[in-house]
Amino acid sequence: MTKASRKLYTYAFLLPAGLIYFMLFLLPTIMSFFFSMTRWDLVDWEFIGFENYVTFFSESSLNIGFRNTIIYAVVTCILKVVFGLLLGVLLASKLKTRGYLRSVVFFPTLLSTIAVGIAFSSMMHPSQGIINKAIAAIGLAGPDWLGDTSIALLSVALVDVWKGVGMATVIFLAGIMSIPEEYYEALQIDGGNGFDKFLHIMLPLSRSAMNSVIILAFIGGLRSFDLVWAMTKGGPGFSTDLIASIIYKQYQGGFYGLATAGNVILFLGVSLLAFPLYKFLTKREVDL
Amino acid sequence: MKKGVTKFIAESAAVLLSIVIFIIPLYFVLINSFKNRTESAELSLNWPTSFPIWDNYKEVLTAQDGLVLLAFFNSTVITFLSIIVLIIVCAMAGYVLQRRTDKWSSWINFLILAGLMIPPAIVPTIWVLDSIHLFKTMTGIVLIEVALSISFSTILYKGFMVTIPREIDEAAVVDGCGSFRMFFQMILPLLMPVTSTVIVLSAVGIYNDFVNPLYFFPGAKNATIQLTLYNFTSMYNTSWNLLFADVVLISIPPLLLFMIFNKKIVSGMTAGAVKG
Repeated sequence: MTKASRKLYTYAFLLPAGLIYFMLFLLPTIMSFFFSMTRWDLVDWEFIGFENYVTFFSESSLNIGFRNTIIYAVVTCILKVVFGLLLGVLLASKLKTRGYLRSVVFFPTLLSTIAVGIAFSSMMHPSQGIINKAIAAIGLAGPDWLGDTSIALLSVALVDVWKGVGMATVIFLAGIMSIPEEYYEALQIDGGNGFDKFLHIMLPLSRSAMNSVIILAFIGGLRSFDLVWAMTKGGPGFSTDLIASIIYKQYQGGFYGLATAGNVILFLGVSLLAFPLYKFLTKREVDL
Repeated sequence: MKKGVTKFIAESAAVLLSIVIFIIPLYFVLINSFKNRTESAELSLNWPTSFPIWDNYKEVLTAQDGLVLLAFFNSTVITFLSIIVLIIVCAMAGYVLQRRTDKWSSWINFLILAGLMIPPAIVPTIWVLDSIHLFKTMTGIVLIEVALSISFSTILYKGFMVTIPREIDEAAVVDGCGSFRMFFQMILPLLMPVTSTVIVLSAVGIYNDFVNPLYFFPGAKNATIQLTLYNFTSMYNTSWNLLFADVVLISIPPLLLFMIFNKKIVSGMTAGAVKG
């Protein structure tokens, strides 16, 4: 790089973004390692070593968050990939109602999570909700979607999928649409059917789209907070508490050191899971 | 002919499913926001016997001295200011990061990628905001929204810069432009397609944001749309009609944006998501 172009493309351009990013994202992230080892009220702090971490891992009302968060992230991620792929394939084909279907699948993405949470909590009401009324109409008894500790987490996860599948669909759709027509022509000459088209062309060649969906959905699931908070506040009991909602509860309770320890655990967890996953997935990508 | 029939049945099934899964919830919220209190308490899809639509919506808008209107105002200002700052700082950053590669590049790229994955450290961020006297202020929440969107928008800009030839920069330099003037006069206008993507995506994201205002913009006067809606769930726990009226009201801006930019959102989002 010449001196002239170094001057033209000066790093001064990075300064505004870099300053904001450093002050309000990087700096707090670095500080969190220290503050997670303190008892802290924003003004005074007392260094207590790993005590907060020990508390977080040993107390069952806190460590239940690990299990719940993993289940939530894996379930939402798998369902978004499966439904997103199916819808993507469907919406890439020449349907008369394609425009309508695309809009209707995508629009929940634009709604606020809180609004979606409120709407679905009322629809999932055990006796009055329209979901259980519909189930009763065919002679079955619907479960207490949000009140039963064994299924509440999955109920919230389903709503998350309802809201987020549009995004997954759009990404798959773009991946499938970018596959050159020649591949399909070659398949036709070789005499493959619709299923071959899906299995041997669409699936492998929309690989990078699938990777994007997996990464986005998985990280999104691990960081999830607002939908759970709007629908169950972590209850009943702690059955739907995610790490992010536990952090909020500790923050509300004034346990800032403990909340920050939760934060450090969350972002170490996200990094330890997401970075290797990203590396693993992108290594297997096929170029068109 | 047989193939045509199968296709017709499959398409009808898809439309029917889409109505059950996506349209009915919408209809449910909308129709119940039109009912009176007793009828909405049934949480049913029945057609209302009376339509106190105006009363419901007026009551929501005037509740607590027009808190919803204040929230609309605050959320609009926050969204608007965040987007302006975001466009300027991320366009600048994306431009230089694409044009220049040296020993720092991979570090900077790593830091940007980290911002996409790692959740923000909540209480330390409050601590930083508080020590620069921006906690609970409009400026503070705007800077937070910007800081947490910088990674994504910078990646979008950096990706788009590839399509702008370097000859443009060089021609401008020959004409005697300084690097900043050159950027703002020549490059920024050329980035318009990706700028509109950033505008739409950030507008929806920041307007719908619940978590950041919850942590970094608390206080009675600092009402934002999503926080107000959340607080209404306990206030209106027996008046579903009013709660749903609020849900409908706050969903209007994103849906309008969607109708105007329908094609652009989908294409822009996919371009960013697949490349990023």
